[in-house]
Amino acid sequence: MMRLDEQTRRDFPILERIVNGRPLVYLDSAASSQKPRSVIEAMARYYETSHANVHRSIHTLGEEATELYELARDRVQRFIGAAAREEIVFTRGTTDAISIVAEAIGRTLRPGDEILVTDMEHHSNLVPWQVAVRDRGARIRSVPLVGEGTLDLAALDGLLTDRTRVFAFAHVSNVLGTINPVRELVARARRAGALTLVDGAQAVPHLPLDMSALGCDFYAFSAHKMLGPTGLGVLYGRRPVLEGLEPARGGSEMIKEVWVDRATWNDLPWRLEPGTPPIAETVGLTAAIEYLEKLGMERVREHEQSLAVHAVELLSAIPGVRVYGPRGERGAVVSFAIDGWHPHDVAAALDAEGIAVRAGHHCAQPLMRWCGVVGTTRASFSVYNSPEESALLAHAVAGLGAAP
Amino acid sequence: MSSATRPALYGEAIRERWRRPRFRGELPGATVTAEDVNPLCGDRVRVQLKLDDGRVSAARFAGDSCAICTASADVVAELVEGRSRAEAVALGVADVLGVLQADVRPTRMRCVTLPISVLAKALA
Repeated sequence: MMRLDEQTRRDFPILERIVNGRPLVYLDSAASSQKPRSVIEAMARYYETSHANVHRSIHTLGEEATELYELARDRVQRFIGAAAREEIVFTRGTTDAISIVAEAIGRTLRPGDEILVTDMEHHSNLVPWQVAVRDRGARIRSVPLVGEGTLDLAALDGLLTDRTRVFAFAHVSNVLGTINPVRELVARARRAGALTLVDGAQAVPHLPLDMSALGCDFYAFSAHKMLGPTGLGVLYGRRPVLEGLEPARGGSEMIKEVWVDRATWNDLPWRLEPGTPPIAETVGLTAAIEYLEKLGMERVREHEQSLAVHAVELLSAIPGVRVYGPRGERGAVVSFAIDGWHPHDVAAALDAEGIAVRAGHHCAQPLMRWCGVVGTTRASFSVYNSPEESALLAHAVAGLGAAP
Repeated sequence: MSSATRPALYGEAIRERWRRPRFRGELPGATVTAEDVNPLCGDRVRVQLKLDDGRVSAARFAGDSCAICTASADVVAELVEGRSRAEAVALGVADVLGVLQADVRPTRMRCVTLPISVLAKALA
């Protein structure tokens, strides 16, 4: 069978770019992936032929736009294995999805309540909870890391107590690539009576998913990391839990009836979608999901897994280079540090050779402290990346010299 | 793509100050200390000054930062040492870039300005 990148490469117009005199090697998909032509064209076609506001427009274009918007919901539901379309709420991104839950639950927190997070979280799964516990006498606790950067599961029983209201954790670490055992974590949280929220931003683009199998109460992710457009995210919520979530944000679309001083709420999922949604973006997401489904998520996982493992091998073999995260199974990211080089200087040097990587704290400063660095350099992979690109990266890193 | 054929990433001034900064270190007897981070990258710079009679008699920096930021901090310390407080307050980006002789891209400008803003904090 043809290698995945050989099959997909031509579908991504941006990959034809020349950067600083070299063909672009894009290794920053964990920050934001590139988009296949089908996604770009679907959005353009929508604006050229069907755009109007959704839901309340009694005219042909409004009906078409509404149909496309709600079709995207069905596609997301099927893609992540949710039980019902009402469980899919469109948001502005992962951060927004987590914030919707944190704001709503924040209002119900009582003194002594606890939110449990982990030391490997992205700031987007920390700060909304910090805001939520503020002034409510509640507090945040965190699961420490052990070994190569996996959760200390032995510490979990002491941290998950009857005070824990929510256990919020990443499915896949955006720095270490650690894949957390979601089913086990969810089961243990449930025994303690806590709700679970999974930050799936780094998992949805790379792993086959089935919400009913994972069992979590909430799952959040972004369209732009999974070949779709920016400005759109998804909050999955298990229906009975979502039903109990009192909306913290008001506006149009989320109401049934309004008086000047009160309102009644619309049904799910619209109850949690105030304001005009990013409609064209949902059309783009549908195209992105269709693209990924055509490739097959199991094949996507295998391809990216092998790219990451290959990159770990190549980089670890270079003197003065340290690679972070688990050696075995991991997500599609590889973080590393080079003696004598600050990550920003590494990224600038690689950019001069047309190689785009991310450098800095990756919005995971508590994790950086655990690693004992201010930042790392991170290469991340998607369906269009090749083992040859990992080799180019390793070659460029090996040629960096002792210092900038 | 060997390092012999690759043009240097930064100019000589930045490279020299990154490899051998002249003003990095602790300043015993410092009268003011200020510290700040670059929210974009987490880089941290601390500036210590010894103020005598309205003059900066000594300046040192410390921190964990990239080559551009480190070089900028080194230049900032060098430029303010021996200056009056008012002269030190007036130090700007152009002064630092002049010494570094660098054409810094907009995405890295914060690396240049962080030590300058930490200096301003120390003198505030």
